[in-house]
Amino acid sequence: MTAARADVPSYAEPVLSVADLRVWYGTERGPVRAVDGVSFDLRPGETLGLVGESGCGKSTLGRGLLGLLPAGAKADGEIRFKGTNLLQAKRRDIDRLRGPELGMIFQEPLTRLNPLMRISEHFEETLRAHEPQIGKEEARRRSIDTLRKMGIPPTRYRAYPHEFSGGMRQRIMIALALVLRPAFIVADEPTTALDVLVEAQIIRILADLRRNFDTALLLITHNLGIVAEACDRVAVMYAGHLVEDGDAREVFAKPRHPYTRELLRSTISLQTTGLHYIPGAPPDLVEPPPGCKFHPRCPDAMVVCGAQDPVAVQTASGSRVACWLHGPADRIDEGGTARMAQEEISVADEA
Amino acid sequence: MAARSGTLRRYLVVRLLLVIPNVFVLLTMVFLLLRVAPGDPVSAALGGRLPPEELARRRAAGGYDDPILLQYWNYLSHVFRGDLGTTVSDNRPITNILVVNGAATLSLTVVAILVALAIGIPLGLLAARYRNSWLDVVIRIFGVLTYAAPVFFVGVVAIIIFTGTLGWLPSGQQASPIAQATVEPVTHIFLVDALIAGDTESFVDGVKHLIMPAFTLGLLITGVFIRLIRVNVAQTLRDDYVEAARARGIAERRVVFQHAFRNAMVPFVTVLGLQAALCLGGAILSETTFSWPGLGSQLVQYINARDYVAVQGIMTIYALVVVGVSLLIDFVNAFIDPRVRY
Ligand SMILES: Nc1ncnc2c1ncn2[C@@H]1O[C@H](COP(=O)(O)OP(=O)(O)O)[C@@H](O)[C@H]1O
Ligand code: SF4
Ligand SMILES: [Mg+2]
Repeated sequence: MTAARADVPSYAEPVLSVADLRVWYGTERGPVRAVDGVSFDLRPGETLGLVGESGCGKSTLGRGLLGLLPAGAKADGEIRFKGTNLLQAKRRDIDRLRGPELGMIFQEPLTRLNPLMRISEHFEETLRAHEPQIGKEEARRRSIDTLRKMGIPPTRYRAYPHEFSGGMRQRIMIALALVLRPAFIVADEPTTALDVLVEAQIIRILADLRRNFDTALLLITHNLGIVAEACDRVAVMYAGHLVEDGDAREVFAKPRHPYTRELLRSTISLQTTGLHYIPGAPPDLVEPPPGCKFHPRCPDAMVVCGAQDPVAVQTASGSRVACWLHGPADRIDEGGTARMAQEEISVADEA
Repeated sequence: MAARSGTLRRYLVVRLLLVIPNVFVLLTMVFLLLRVAPGDPVSAALGGRLPPEELARRRAAGGYDDPILLQYWNYLSHVFRGDLGTTVSDNRPITNILVVNGAATLSLTVVAILVALAIGIPLGLLAARYRNSWLDVVIRIFGVLTYAAPVFFVGVVAIIIFTGTLGWLPSGQQASPIAQATVEPVTHIFLVDALIAGDTESFVDGVKHLIMPAFTLGLLITGVFIRLIRVNVAQTLRDDYVEAARARGIAERRVVFQHAFRNAMVPFVTVLGLQAALCLGGAILSETTFSWPGLGSQLVQYINARDYVAVQGIMTIYALVVVGVSLLIDFVNAFIDPRVRY
């Protein structure tokens, strides 16, 4: 399933173009820099998997793209969607884009539907919000159509949310996002709350999106198996930064960034004997470590890593990686490539 | 698949059946409360005012010499036959108190609740929507003040201003004596009777008399409503389906009303039943302050007369009202919330 789409030429105009996006939350302890200088493009029909440990800023990035950040969060940079910078758009214009252009699928299907409203009311409300002149019959037909594609029978159209299982509710949420055929969807851990069989079913539906709807999808997950199955490209996030991104097959076959490599090693597979995990935890984003944010945990850390921010470099195939192992050698001071002393690692770890 | 068990009809029937044990428990409590008072009701009310043999005769006639279980049985069976007894001190059937004074309390509390809904819901919504803004702070202070200020104090201040200084509003009774004499009592709800008689002048007179007592009681409840609406709407505004609605581009107005407010009505309505007691209690204070001829002022009067039969009768009415109100609230809740099913 990782085959790149043949029918979408790679030179198609990106539907979404993110440049140097920063998002931070104001807290008593100071700003939490949850997204720190993220840039990427997404083309129509393309699926980008966003992976990384919990707390690395994946959800913040996904919400930030749709302007769904809580009060007290600030965003800066550029989110260009079909030519408009969403960060400068008015609230009303964003409302108009959410639904028909930008969609969101959340992690918790059980609480995302209004318990007092029938499924039909959710659909009719959504359609009427964006197509005020739509007739009741037309709204009904389109909703039932979309639901049927997700495997929800028309007989359940007027049921209430509590009459469905978690997996069915997630399929309803997906149908609710798809009924307006948005150009771009963020799916934030859409299967984390579901059991494995249901998960596989949802992932198949999402993987089919690009074929049936030509929708660009940002699929957030901490499950690398899902990325391998459903995504064209993968982006690895650590401490608010994209540390590596590129073609999913290429990155999985040959991870360049030590964090990507460690992440891949820590996933369970048939070959794995014993469970590998990355020691330590992602850093506190109020006071992240200097230089490479991963250096306190990196087995390959060098002296330069604790001193200078890594510079992203691009390979011929279009992958990017931000790590001094691959960085421009001329930017490293003399002696910078020496291994970082072991004590330093543990000291930094405790800091 | 989640359970698709009960239907609305099934819920309503079961809930209706639950009224029987509800009534039974509350009536038992009323009976016990009044029987722990020392002495019998006849001697308590009339002791020293009648010769001992007359007291004994009335005691026996009232059944107060019977064993306690028999008295209990008699009390229950009389209530179920609609016979609440007769007062000792002035020989008045308690059903008459229910009809005449109950009607006065009904108009007072209904209007007070309407006042509280009309003020409390919009203010609570605004406070929740603009939480932690200066508007929220002002509304919360208003809510605390209206709840904390003693009813009689607010009432007396209102009387001083609107009756004394400005002379706009009358300060006692349901209507002026002439209006009371001319309007034929049909329902005993004065405003309704005035309308039935087509007597506009008396109707306006009745409204003027109702304004201060109803607002004084209404403000007390308003404070509670503001808090309840504010807390619950603030909660639902943070709920996941509200964010999901925003993510679908539903307009903010609709998000606030259709999603946040409507869902906040579920916990709000649920605790409304508890407010019924507050409302009846507040009504007693408002009625005594404004000499409003309702159940509450009658209760106070009969307590002072040590007329325990009257007190027991009025308490029985209160108990039945509480059962009725909680039934009504559960019905309303079942219609709002499809998950409320057995
Ligand atoms: N509303 C918030 N206020 C303050 N900090 C937040 C808030 N939401 C998330 N964070 C912080 O931002 C960082 C990134 O969180 P998140 O985007 O949820 O990460 P992920 O989805 O990768 O687990 C975490 O350190 C988290 O504690
Ligand atoms: S920059 Fe240095 S510390 Fe960071 S991942 Fe690369 S080698 Fe490790
Ligand atoms: Mg997350």
